[in-house]
Amino acid sequence: MIKIKDLHKSYHMGNNSLHVLKGINFNVKEGELVSIMGSSGSGKSTLLNILGMLDEADEGSYILDGVPIKNLNEKIAAKYRNEFLGFIFQSFNLINYKSAVDNVALPMFYKGMARKERVEKAHHYLEKVGLADWSHHLPSELSGGQKQRVAIARALASEPKVLLADEPTGALDTKTSYEVMDLIQGINDEGKTILVVTHEDDIAHMTKRIVNLKDGIIIDDSPVEQLRAQQYV
Amino acid sequence: MFNIERWQEIFETLRKNKLRTFLTGLSVASGIFILVILLGFSSGIENGVTSEFQQDATNQISVRTRVTTKGYKGLNPGRRIQMKDEDFALINNNYDEFLEYRSANYSIWGGQVAYKNETGNYRVQGVMPDNQFIENADISKGRFVNQSDINESKKLAVIGNKVSMDLFKTENPINKYISIFGISFKVVGVYRDPGGEREESQVFLPLTSSRNAFNGSDNIRNMTFTVKMSDNLDEAVTLSQNITEAIERDLKEKHLIAPDDLAAVRVNNTLEEAQKIYSLIDTIKAVFWFIGIGTIIAGVVGVGNIMIIIVKERTKEIGIRKALGAVPSSIIGMILQEAIFVTMFSGLFGLVGGLALLEILGPQVDSPFIKFPQVDFGTAITTVFILVAAGAFAGFLPAYRAAKIKPIVALRDE
Repeated sequence: MIKIKDLHKSYHMGNNSLHVLKGINFNVKEGELVSIMGSSGSGKSTLLNILGMLDEADEGSYILDGVPIKNLNEKIAAKYRNEFLGFIFQSFNLINYKSAVDNVALPMFYKGMARKERVEKAHHYLEKVGLADWSHHLPSELSGGQKQRVAIARALASEPKVLLADEPTGALDTKTSYEVMDLIQGINDEGKTILVVTHEDDIAHMTKRIVNLKDGIIIDDSPVEQLRAQQYV
Repeated sequence: MFNIERWQEIFETLRKNKLRTFLTGLSVASGIFILVILLGFSSGIENGVTSEFQQDATNQISVRTRVTTKGYKGLNPGRRIQMKDEDFALINNNYDEFLEYRSANYSIWGGQVAYKNETGNYRVQGVMPDNQFIENADISKGRFVNQSDINESKKLAVIGNKVSMDLFKTENPINKYISIFGISFKVVGVYRDPGGEREESQVFLPLTSSRNAFNGSDNIRNMTFTVKMSDNLDEAVTLSQNITEAIERDLKEKHLIAPDDLAAVRVNNTLEEAQKIYSLIDTIKAVFWFIGIGTIIAGVVGVGNIMIIIVKERTKEIGIRKALGAVPSSIIGMILQEAIFVTMFSGLFGLVGGLALLEILGPQVDSPFIKFPQVDFGTAITTVFILVAAGAFAGFLPAYRAAKIKPIVALRDE
């Protein structure tokens, strides 16, 4: 699903150049649940941004579902993001004046789907994350865990190939974190490819494979015994 | 632009951000509203002052004589100067080529006019035919005094519309006889005057007959002339001034009046006044336009400011939308379409409000200097579109910049 070869990325700030990614080689097959770990400054967020087409690599190749991702302009990047990717953010990033169902329907708006169909599908995904009764509430009326579930429903709504989660439990307490991880595991069980960036060991161990980054290179990449979040809930 | 889904999205955004929408709309609507009112009153003042001036010809020179205040060449002060036909002939001869209309007049003081049982006091004057044009009198019935009336001293009268209404009510006054101090005159004409009731409360008689009837011999109470107009107002004013001075000089010389005696001969020239009024109107208009354009600029800056704030406030939302697959053009389109819709709608709202207020208040304004305040609809619509275009332009830059922000940067915005 994802093929990355010899990926380099540097940031230039004035005369200083910061080499963040120093040759990343890394493949993800369909249906995998991978966590990317590393201390801050290890390059894990940069890697996720490149995978999310929010940023572009200097060197190396990135192939997503057989499509080479390079020389993107904003328009094509937006189209690919809409088609291939679903984002889950640490701070949820819901639009605060839209109700839960309208938030979930938004990516489908950019797909060009008709309103009726959009709303119908949005309800379906909200049901899937267990928030059918909350569909008309604004984000400000929801708890952190509920907000993240709306965000997950929104990420699923565009039917992406890959879900990218950037510290999805970073802003949640342990119990809620496990509930969210349980939901993510459930989605993965249905065959969706998911990448999770985290710095929490327990969260990482709920995935099937841990990639450890340090100073811009992968120092360890090994499958792990998956802990089901269900048993902690 | 005509994508219904997009409009739904925009209406939803506007509905859910009522305060923001209201503030943007308010600044635009009040700008247009004030502009419409300003332009309306500017045109009202122009109409009012212009019609105030239409009561008489604007290029008029009038000559009156009174009592001398200074001794001169052995003559005592306090001498009454009486103009005669020969004075009129003198002025006519000297300045014939510069004069357009001319009339020597003999007015009868406290003219009591009666028809059957109705009586009234009106200004009664013996005049010459040209006086019709000097007074700006429009004949509505019959005719004005003509030369043969003068030659044959016919006992005729031309009455103002007000006189006709007062004395004759609904009756047709033509060929009826009115009595002035007991002497009968046949009414041959009724006139109207743009100057209104006051100007329509006069009775004109042929100069000769008025003098015959009221012991005037060949006396003249006053003379009125108009100067020939040239296309250049400044030139005409200069000419009018020169003639005014020359007439005064001639009369003083002829009647042995001290050159520095200001009271004995009064020659007034309305063109100079008219020029002052016209330049005043121009100034008022310019001031109103200046304020109006200032208001528009303030409105545009206001819209621009609000747009910048809106974009700033929505940076994160823009980041989210981009991460979810919004292309830059759809972001710019969304912000602009919203801005244009709000400015257009509230601009038209302000326009209609302003026009309605002018329509309601306009007729109730009771001042001779403000008449029919109104706005050319085309001008008003144009200003709305200018405001919308400028607002859109002011909104475009921040929208464009917002669309250029990398989603990852926009998402980090708090």
